[in-house]
Amino acid sequence: MPPTSPSRRHLLASMIAASSGLALSPLLAAAPSAPLLTRPIPSSGEQLPVIGLGSWITFNVGRDPQGRRESVDVMRQFFAGGGRLVDSSPMYGSAQDVIGEAVQTLKPARLFAADKVWVSGGARGVAQVEASRKLWRVPRFDLLQVHNLLSWEEHLPILLAMKREGRLGYVGITTSEGRRHAEIEKIMASQPIDFVQISYNALDRDVEQRILPLARERKIGVIVNRPFRQGDLTQALAGKPLPGWAADIGCTTWAQALLKFIVSHPAVTCAIPATSSVAHVRENLLAGTGRMPDEALRKRIAQDVERLA
Amino acid sequence: MSEWWTYSLSDFLMFSSRSYYRLIESYNAAIWPAHLLALVAGLVVIGAIARPRQHLQRSAALVLAAAWGWVAWAYHLERYAEINTAAPYFAAAFAVQALLLCWRAYRPGNAAPTPQPLALGLSGLAIFAYPLLALARDNGTWGQAEVFGIVPDPTVVATLGVLLAWRAPAIFWLVPVLWCLVSGATLMELKIGHAWLLPALALTAVLARVMRSKKTRDFNSTANPRS
Repeated sequence: MPPTSPSRRHLLASMIAASSGLALSPLLAAAPSAPLLTRPIPSSGEQLPVIGLGSWITFNVGRDPQGRRESVDVMRQFFAGGGRLVDSSPMYGSAQDVIGEAVQTLKPARLFAADKVWVSGGARGVAQVEASRKLWRVPRFDLLQVHNLLSWEEHLPILLAMKREGRLGYVGITTSEGRRHAEIEKIMASQPIDFVQISYNALDRDVEQRILPLARERKIGVIVNRPFRQGDLTQALAGKPLPGWAADIGCTTWAQALLKFIVSHPAVTCAIPATSSVAHVRENLLAGTGRMPDEALRKRIAQDVERLA
Repeated sequence: MSEWWTYSLSDFLMFSSRSYYRLIESYNAAIWPAHLLALVAGLVVIGAIARPRQHLQRSAALVLAAAWGWVAWAYHLERYAEINTAAPYFAAAFAVQALLLCWRAYRPGNAAPTPQPLALGLSGLAIFAYPLLALARDNGTWGQAEVFGIVPDPTVVATLGVLLAWRAPAIFWLVPVLWCLVSGATLMELKIGHAWLLPALALTAVLARVMRSKKTRDFNSTANPRS
């Protein structure tokens, strides 16, 4: 295959993006010719880059100055590369405060602040949201999600009221590792939520059966957590040669192939890999650029990962 | 909170091994040379097991109480709580154990009349060998050494040895054994090679204690048969 020129590559990316509902966001700082693809939030049409940033474990560094510096560097690279959505939770230890420090230092112009409420009882939820907002150093959250459905019956009406009053952009619910999917479906079908956050990757594909189709039907955005099974998947694939299809979709690492598999699903709005490495942020952002696998290739990626991991 | 059953062990792991050991490293650097004092305290503990005299039992109980109290405050509350939201609960449990040990200092029970090799071995391992585990880990450094009286794991293992020598009642064992399970599970989730060590040492100590109790009961029933 002859080498593709930047303009041809850009044109090809634009064509594929257009055909799958993806659009192009600001240029990547690290790779100016590779635009980061975006997807519309179904309930509003607002464009969101397909690669976000999780903070589970990676940003919980306590007061360690070195860990904090590294976390700020990760976020600097993320924003410079066109990233917007950063996701956290009160359950993640010092992560919210570390993100707040980065927000204060970097002043990102287009941050999409996504946090969670994780406490029993609605009144305590309101206090927790305010405490989280102060830690983040933001005037308001773009998205608040009920973490692992904890007390969702009490939290959802409060969050939806906050949205109506303009004190919040979007409302969502989360789960991880395949927990309580029946209840998730029930809420998706009955509540006016904007986002659902679930675990999805080339091996854990249960959500393809009901949750992802339901999200499309109900116009609910999908945020995907644990795209690498908390690192286990990339570790299992480390050292295994990338199959030939990887080059066709511009992947040089398994991590990129795994992310492209996720964000190419038409129901997925974005994936939120967490990392404490600047190099990995660059690698992850590149997975949100260029050609995406079609349905046939997605099946093949899943088969190959199943065989090799 | 009925949702707790849906959580797995890995959901409660909030930090990476890198953050965990960096925390120990900065804590060690902040309190150095308190480690030398801790080593002297450790020698008192070993001495009490090697020479089971009542005044030494009292000294060992006070040393251990101070170690548990210090770890509760300086490690759990001041440091570990930065990355683990459960740390204040651990601090409370360690403080309770410190109080129990204080009580033991003023009401010494029946220590074994002769030195107990297993008890000596456990405490010796905690005081002399535990710091070396840092070097056995990938990328481990001296700065991350886990020292008796400074961090929980070696403090708990040394205490297990003393409890064994003291033939201490069950209430003294509760917090140390629970900590061995909690810390072992944490290290397992962090994929640390020696994660098995702490639960294995706790199991060894508990089994030895149970067997010794049984032996004592058998001896008593033989010596004082019911008429």
